[in-house]
Amino acid sequence: MSVVDDRSQAMDDLDVTPANVAPVTEGVEEQPDPAREVVFEIRDASVRYGSNLAVDDVSFDVGAREITAIIGPSGCGKSTFLRCLNRMNDFIPGAKVGGTISYHGEGLYDSKVDAAEVRRRIGMVFQKPNPFPKSIFDNVAYGPRINRFKGNLSDHVEQALTRAALWDEVKDKLKKSAYALSGGQQQRLCIARTLAVEPDVVLMDEPCSALDPIATSRIEDLMVQLKRDFTIVIVTHNMQQAARVSDMTAFFTTDVAEDSSRVGRLVEFDRTHNIFTSPSDQRTEGYITGRFG
Amino acid sequence: MSVVGMGAPSRPSITRSNAGGWRSAKSAIATGLIIASLVIAMIPLVLIVGYVIVRGIDSISWTFLTEDIPILTRSDGPGMGPAVVGTLMITGAATVMAVPLGVLGGIYLNEYSARTVLGRFVRFLAEVMTGVPSIVMGLFIYSIWVLRFGVSGFAGALALGCLMLPVVIRTTEEMLKLVDADLRQSAYALGGRKAGTILRVVLPAAAPGIVSGALLAVARAAGETAPLLFTILTVNETNTNLFHGPNTTLSVQIFRNAQQVFPGPQERAWGAALTLIAIVFVFTLLSRGLSALFARKHRV
Repeated sequence: MSVVDDRSQAMDDLDVTPANVAPVTEGVEEQPDPAREVVFEIRDASVRYGSNLAVDDVSFDVGAREITAIIGPSGCGKSTFLRCLNRMNDFIPGAKVGGTISYHGEGLYDSKVDAAEVRRRIGMVFQKPNPFPKSIFDNVAYGPRINRFKGNLSDHVEQALTRAALWDEVKDKLKKSAYALSGGQQQRLCIARTLAVEPDVVLMDEPCSALDPIATSRIEDLMVQLKRDFTIVIVTHNMQQAARVSDMTAFFTTDVAEDSSRVGRLVEFDRTHNIFTSPSDQRTEGYITGRFG
Repeated sequence: MSVVGMGAPSRPSITRSNAGGWRSAKSAIATGLIIASLVIAMIPLVLIVGYVIVRGIDSISWTFLTEDIPILTRSDGPGMGPAVVGTLMITGAATVMAVPLGVLGGIYLNEYSARTVLGRFVRFLAEVMTGVPSIVMGLFIYSIWVLRFGVSGFAGALALGCLMLPVVIRTTEEMLKLVDADLRQSAYALGGRKAGTILRVVLPAAAPGIVSGALLAVARAAGETAPLLFTILTVNETNTNLFHGPNTTLSVQIFRNAQQVFPGPQERAWGAALTLIAIVFVFTLLSRGLSALFARKHRV
């Protein structure tokens, strides 16, 4: 009940400065920015595992060369939803995606779509650094090789490692095993490996949760640099991280139905600044102020 | 300061004596049992290898490894050449047939049909096949191959291959199952397709285990006698034609010579046993070396 009280308190605060806050409470559809290039158009997306509804009612747009953060309590389906964006859920038996998710106007789940090609354009960095048991060079070269890269592979690998801010640390030991690197370096190697495929979008599933604060801040700096060329969608547990790096934030939460089944839903999608300073939904406010989740 | 005044509160001691003599006794008993089991398990191994070396080492010579087998089994004299050649050829042919097929079968079971009806059926068959006695496998090849095409080293290789196949299939499947799901995922997330991912990521990661499984199968096949009795018969001269005429192997020669009461064949049987163990050992070392090289190439 204290949430409700604070909520009304917040509303009072809003009333004091309506000029700054007015556009915030408007829905996603009215987002006033015609110049914004939309990469993903997500409408009523849902994910089912068998008969079990895991995520429902997700609608928002992901803009090009923006960082979109997905935040929310554990088990709200953030990662599950993120995996819909490059069809990684295809590998989970029984997983079924509903609604429409279009990528540059093409339905991601249309029957004619080549899922491998989707994943080539929409790369993914995982929670746990997971380099291949190969050399540093071969890790980065893997993507270009399987995609029949033509050109100077060494230059290409160097470029990807430079972009991932790892080149200076590894340039003398490219032939060494990737497992010899520290956790933070491994994660940057995984980012370099993803960038080497020259994707359009990079999805990041809690990329810093296994890293210490220094490694985390390096990767955050990296994300901000990468934003110039790539569209990034990041799932994070760390609200400060979302606040620091992202342009837009989607807040998910878990609804518990009468039959105690849990469904993840999108509560609010807005500019990150607005989400963190004047959220329009009391659940968002409760979460970001640490009252639940 | 008040701590001193009030007397130090009694902290639980961290020295081991306080943790109880029983706990360290349990630890000592368990350690003792484990070491004892190891020693007991080693006794037959060491005895067998040691005894074969002691009894067989005198027979081993270049002549023994290359000369023909005496025509009269009871007579003295060296000669296991045909059996050495036969063992290498027949086991080799069986390996060439069974290992690639078995690895492909394991890949199919784990990667393509893990949950399908056909997959379950194939897995069930492989399990049943593992339990088939080797002499039955020999009879099977006798009835479907030897009756039509006659005895040959190849018929023996077929029988050994049938024995190896289910072992290779099952170990390959189990080893592929152990490959970290993260590895596959990251390969797919880079735009990888299924076949390429299996070849470039999954198989190299599982290779050492698959090699071990294949080795076990090869070693078992090299020592098999029963499936060869009806399929290759025996011969005293080297038969380098795998596809025609009777052949012989070390295991068959051990069986034949050891049945004799005369010292000559007894000597030869011991010599053949040591030769067989040595061949299997050399193969094991070679494949271990190869798989280490392979692993290094992919792991660096």
